This record gives sequence, structure tokens and C-alpha cells, in this order.
Amino acid sequence: MFHRESGYFKTTYKADMALYPLPIGKAAAVGFGVLFFVICPLLLGEYYLSIINIAAIAVVGALGLNILLGYTGQISIGHAAFMSVGAYTAANFAVHFDMPFWITLPAGGLMAAAIGVLVGLPSLRVKGLYLAIATLAAQFIIEWVLNHTPAISGGVQASIEMPRPVFFGIVLNTQAELYFFILPVTALAILATLNLVRSRLGRAFVAIRDQEIAAEIIGINVYRHKLMAFGISSFYAGITGVLYTYYFGIANYEAFQLPISIDYLAMVIIGGLGSVLGSIFGAVFVTLLPIGIRMFMETVGVFFVDGNYLAQVIAQMRLILFGGLIIFFLVIEPEGLNKLWQNIRNYFRVWPFSY
Amino acid sequence: MEWQFFVELVTNGILTGLMYSLVAVGFVLIYKSTDAINFAQGEFCMIAAIIIAGFMKLYGFPLFGAIAVGLFSMLVFNWGLERVVLRPMIGRPVVAIIMATIGLALMFRGLGPLVFGAETRPIGLPIPDQPIIWGPFFMSPIDLLGGGISLAFMAVFGWFFMKSRKGVAMRAVADSHQISMAMGINVERYFALAWMLAGFVALLGGLVWGSAIGVDTQLAALGLKVFPVVILGGLDSIVGVIVGGVIIGVVEAISAGYVDPYVGGGTKDFTPYVLMILVLMVRPYGIFGKPIIERI
Repeated sequence: MFHRESGYFKTTYKADMALYPLPIGKAAAVGFGVLFFVICPLLLGEYYLSIINIAAIAVVGALGLNILLGYTGQISIGHAAFMSVGAYTAANFAVHFDMPFWITLPAGGLMAAAIGVLVGLPSLRVKGLYLAIATLAAQFIIEWVLNHTPAISGGVQASIEMPRPVFFGIVLNTQAELYFFILPVTALAILATLNLVRSRLGRAFVAIRDQEIAAEIIGINVYRHKLMAFGISSFYAGITGVLYTYYFGIANYEAFQLPISIDYLAMVIIGGLGSVLGSIFGAVFVTLLPIGIRMFMETVGVFFVDGNYLAQVIAQMRLILFGGLIIFFLVIEPEGLNKLWQNIRNYFRVWPFSY
Repeated sequence: MEWQFFVELVTNGILTGLMYSLVAVGFVLIYKSTDAINFAQGEFCMIAAIIIAGFMKLYGFPLFGAIAVGLFSMLVFNWGLERVVLRPMIGRPVVAIIMATIGLALMFRGLGPLVFGAETRPIGLPIPDQPIIWGPFFMSPIDLLGGGISLAFMAVFGWFFMKSRKGVAMRAVADSHQISMAMGINVERYFALAWMLAGFVALLGGLVWGSAIGVDTQLAALGLKVFPVVILGGLDSIVGVIVGGVIIGVVEAISAGYVDPYVGGGTKDFTPYVLMILVLMVRPYGIFGKPIIERI
């Protein structure tokens, strides 16, 4: 059971498309499930659980963006704006209509999906650069509308305070409790994406990414699928926004501005375009990077930098490292962390005999 | 007073718009000759201005000395950039190049303040501060200078592209890399030249905008104004850049003058993008751009 194959021996399409290509896949899934749902909450303290929480939320958003950018090849620089749509929808439902999270969560997602399809409409006409700019415009317009419409965004500072999620009468307050709220959603999102990309729909997306006109010729309705990709991607973004809102206890458009959109683009590119595992790698990496920089600067950096400027320098270092890593991965390793992981895996596949 | 207010808004809008064109022309230049899309043009301006202001303030350089240093570093930097980052990415999807320049933009935003400090600094150009009063109208000298520099530069630039040997070669490179290579043009050298020219334009833009609104990382927000301008005018047209810049500048000024009082401000950042979306829907390649025909 615990072995890998020494080459590709699949003879049927069914085997090729299986969710678990090898028995070890099933074992690994169970293993990670046990690790994250049983061992981690038992062993780790509040601080580490909070890091996992934030990373897990980011994974959902990164998966969504990867469906759009990595699988369908349509760029979006407005991912964070869709998150804010989800966040405000959920916050309004929760505050004004007293809805539980199992309604606000999909409601936020669906609202974001609707807006996403609307923003995706230009993608029917334009692509590449034009689409990038159109989605950038969407980011600004959504931001502005949210900020200037008190009916949506509440009164003061365009922010709405969010009640804590309630699960069968238990108010989820601590990090550990939120952990069990966030992680199942993330797990579900991962599973849904894995299934999506091996379905007919996912393969149609890939066909559109690789050659749009050819895809149309073999009978894929390009426009419908592009809009679907926008919708699905925005749905994920909306869910991410709702999770953030529940996690931080407040819905505020300032948490979903252009730099956040770029953070998510960075996640997808650093992790690996067009791969589920890559989205997870990227989201975790990008979440951990500022924490790592802060730890490094607070231990080593204090010898070089005046303490008063430390926070500023950390922010600047983060930008530089971010930008540098994006460029590095694009130029040297376009397939991202996922490719590095595959290289390691392929090396050990036949180890210690390299032939 | 009503018509005077309107005229003043329009004139100021035109001048601001010309200054936007100065930033946007760097973008067009690169797109025209290398097919690359530069999301970091605003950051180029910012870094150039930061270098100039930083050298003046920290090392006591005179204005023109600092400009020389800025020019030198922008040229060297953009040359290196083309070598190290852009050249390996030739032939990759548009999205990859967009992302690489976004990465570059992030790096600049961190690097500038890290090296030269984060405070806002002035660039003191030797021009008067008081607005020029002409009848009932006010105009600020820096806007006039900026608009003037922009127009002069466009004229030189137009001549360069239309008449000079290098300019014609650059247009050939933009048209088809392969054919120009076959005609004996050193394509890679012209790529480097395009990026260096963009660095020079960014220096001008940074100088004008830096002295108009002060130098700090906020200056990079200029880059976001570039997109409506180039989309409106057409991605590969110099005339389009001027027309697009002026339209955006005027629309911005009018919306700030007439709409802002009703909605509580902020329309200035918002209306150009609405206009741009409309243009994208109707005429995606802009007013002066050439339509793209796609083949398998």
C-alpha cells in the first residue's frame, strides 16, 4: 500500500482521471485529515492555530484565483474586491436578518459570483492586458461603491461589526473553535477544486487556456465557460471574504484593497499556476512570509536597524521579497513551488537507483 | 461665474491630462516596440523622483546633478532589467509579463523608501510657486511646465518614431520581430533601447509629478492613471496618448468639480475607470489603436 509506482502504467482514462491516482494518495489524505483535525488542535497553542486559520482562509481564495488564472488563463486583478462583496453580503445578512453562518457563507459566495460574472462580461470581448485592466477597474469601482453606499457598508468608516459564528448554540470565539469552523470549509474547497479540474468543466477550462480558438472549434462554448470560470472563482473569493469577516469580526473594505488582490496573484504564481497543490503551497508560503520576516528582523535585524523603524523596514522587506520572489519564480521556475515539490518527489520515486 | 469655473476646470484638466500622458507614453513606448506590458510605469516615475529628491536632500546634490544621477541610474537599471527579467520572458503569455512587472512594482515600492527613507520630500524646480492669475483664471506654473514638457517631448518623440533611423527600426521591431531580424536589425538591442527610453520618460514624469505633488511612494499611484489613458487612446499610438490623457484629465477635473460635492469626494479616482470600461465595451483597441486579428 505504501509504495509509489516506478513509471506511468495507466492504461485506461478512468485510472488517469481518478481522484486518488495511487493507493498512497488515499492514505495521505487520511493522514493529513488526522494531522489537521486531531493532532494539530491538540498539540498547538492559540498562536499557531491562528496562523493555520489565516493560511487556511487564504488557501480558499488562492484556489479560486487559480481556477481562473491557472486553469482558464483569464487574469483578474480584482480578486480582493469579490472578497469584499462576499464579506459585506454576509455581514448584512448576519446583522440585519440574524442569519446563521451556514446561510451567510453560501450567500456571500453567490453574491460574489453574481458580481464576478458581471465583471467577467468584458472577458467575452477582451483578453490579456485588456482583461487585466478591466478587472483592475472592477476593483476600484467595487471599492468605491462599497465605500460610498451606506446602505451596503453601514455607517461609520464603511465597516460592519460581525457577530461570531454560532454552531448549534455554541458561540465560536477562541482560535481553536474558529479552527474547526474554517478548516472544514477549506477542506471542502480543496476537494471541490480537485473534482472540478478533473471533470468535463475543468478540462474545458484548460482547453480555453491553452488555445481559445481551437477550443471553440472542438465544441466548447468559450463564452459560457469563461463566465463560469469567473463565477466559480468569485464564489471562492466570496467564501474567503466571509471567512475573513467571521475571523476578524468586522467587515471593512480596507481589508480588501488592491494590494490584497496582488497578494493572491503572488500566491498563485509562487505556488504554481494550474495546480491545486500549488495554490495550497502558495497560500501557506505567502501567509508565512511576513511572519518569517518579522521573526527574522526581531531577532537578527535589530542589530542593523534602528528599533523605531523596525515596523517600517519589515513592511518594506516584505514588499521587496514578494516582488523578488514573483519575478524569480516567473523567470526561473514558472511552475512554482509545486514544480519544486514534484522534482523532489520524482527524484525519490526511483531512489536510490536513478535509472 | 459658472462658465469661468467650467473653463478653469477644463484648462486645469487639460494640463493635468498632458502630465498623465507623459507617464503613459513610457507604457506605450514599451508596448509598441517589445509587446511587453509594463505595470510598473508609475513605480518607475516614483523611483526616479525618489532618487532625485533623495540625492538632493541626503547628499546635498544640486538639482541638475541629482537629475544626472537619476538619469544614469534609470538607464543602467532599465538596461539591466531588460537583460535579466524581460529577455528570458519573450514569447511567454501576456499574463506572465504582467505579473513580472507587478512584482517589479512591489520591489520598487519597498526598495525606494528602504534606501532613501520614507518621508515626503519636495523637488524644488526653479519656477515660481504662486499661481499665474490671468483675468479670473488661476493656473499653477508647475502644471503649465508639466504640460509644456509633455507636449515638447511628444513632438520630439513623434519625430523620432517617424523620421529617425532608429525610430523606424523600432517600429519595424514592433511590427514583427522575425522579419526585422531577417532585415538585419539587432532586435535585442532595440528592446534594450526601448526600456532605456522608458526609463528616461519615467524620469521626466517623476520630475514633473514629484515637484507638483511631492515625492514619496504615493507617487506610484500615477501608474494606475496610465491604464485609462492608454486604453482610451489606443495602446500603440502616440497621438492617442495625448488625446487620451487630455480626455481623462478633463473628465477627472469636471467630475471632481461637479459630482464630488454630491457624493462626498473621491470620484476623481473612479470616473476614469468607468469611462475606460465603457470604451473597452465599445472599442477595445482604443480611439487610435489598431485592431488585433487573432490566428491559431
